[in-house]
Amino acid sequence: MSGHDHHHHHDHDHDHDNHFTPIEARVKALESLLVEKGYVDPAALDAIVETYETRVGPRNGARVVAKAWSDPAYAERLKQDGTAAVAELGYGGRGGEHIVACFNTPEEHNLIVCTLCSCYPWPVLGLPPVWYKSPPYRAKAVIDPRGTLADFGVTLPAGQRIRVWDSTAETRFIVIPMRPEGTEGWSEDELAEIVTRDSMIGVGLPSAVSARK
Amino acid sequence: MNSAHDLGGHMGFGPVVPEENEPIFHADWEKKVLAINVAAGAMGAWTIDGIRHARESLPPAQYLSSSYYQIWLAALDKVLVGHGFLSEEELKSGIPGSARREPKRVLKGEEVPAVLRRGFPYERKATAPARFKLGDAVRTIVMHPQHHTRLPRYARGKQGVIERITGCHVFPDTGAHGAPETAQWLYTVVFTGPELWGRDADPASSVSIEAWESYLEPA
Repeated sequence: MSGHDHHHHHDHDHDHDNHFTPIEARVKALESLLVEKGYVDPAALDAIVETYETRVGPRNGARVVAKAWSDPAYAERLKQDGTAAVAELGYGGRGGEHIVACFNTPEEHNLIVCTLCSCYPWPVLGLPPVWYKSPPYRAKAVIDPRGTLADFGVTLPAGQRIRVWDSTAETRFIVIPMRPEGTEGWSEDELAEIVTRDSMIGVGLPSAVSARK
Repeated sequence: MNSAHDLGGHMGFGPVVPEENEPIFHADWEKKVLAINVAAGAMGAWTIDGIRHARESLPPAQYLSSSYYQIWLAALDKVLVGHGFLSEEELKSGIPGSARREPKRVLKGEEVPAVLRRGFPYERKATAPARFKLGDAVRTIVMHPQHHTRLPRYARGKQGVIERITGCHVFPDTGAHGAPETAQWLYTVVFTGPELWGRDADPASSVSIEAWESYLEPA
């Protein structure tokens, strides 16, 4: 830190509307070319962003898990046909046309990854976090799954096997964590609140303690 | 193809570092890249595997030093030029020129919710019975194709068990390169950790891949 730092915070030239970083400029140029040539509708671009910013995200998956915890018949349907069961709640479509639910059990914990790219169950979890798409996770999850969980501060009980699902096709996986102790009698809404995104990837575990204070 | 995208089992990248309270996007340009990727894909000129191949055939050093949206952007440039929608000069200058290709369709704003909700299912009607059944022991083939494939290197030549029969799904290896669409039976094949990684592997671990029928032989 230099003693002159207080001068530098006025140096905002790069924030002016007509000054873009190289990648911002590239994307703007690409967008206007595509729009001017009539290949893409600007309203479609806005609608796509709006969908993934406001409508499709991990709260959808949390509803699926909470319902599976509350309704054994639903859990069974989810096991048999994940795509149809998530569609019952209104979810499905792009990036999740074929959904498989991977139920954690005391004997086996599930972890999802895409070693070849970034496949992720969009309709139920939204867009993937950066770490999910990045080399450290994609490289390590399949060869050292327990070490990968340790990076998230998660240690499985001794004797619990670990199963990794590499998403090499258009099948998309969602982990159904085990319902935590101490949640007896909770409503589906209350349960959904403790279902984290990470627990549906398999790098986290939901906890009743983490819930409402 | 054997390139930098095929990351399973690689070492030296360090630990996974999750970002606390990660935003959905880190910059506005990322939103645009996501949206352009979806909208341009809807023109119907390339398949999902076609654009995957454009990403994975970036030079390895570029692939590994780019963020995922940067990879998407570079691949979009490639497919848009490769399919004749834009020219290199247009991309460089940002000024529309004469490059022109008629898209099969243009996704309209009002169609977006229904199109995203419907998605693009990849299951097709089977024309032959499945070769393998649940519980069958299978071995993945060894191949090192120059073209796109979804059989990762770490799972080639390995013995596993058929655990699920997913259905008959669009075959990526040829479709990525513009060949007419074909479909094959798709299976979940599960391997033990030691089968994939040798004697030091965690014996209480297993890994599955989704494998098309032509990736498999009876074990």
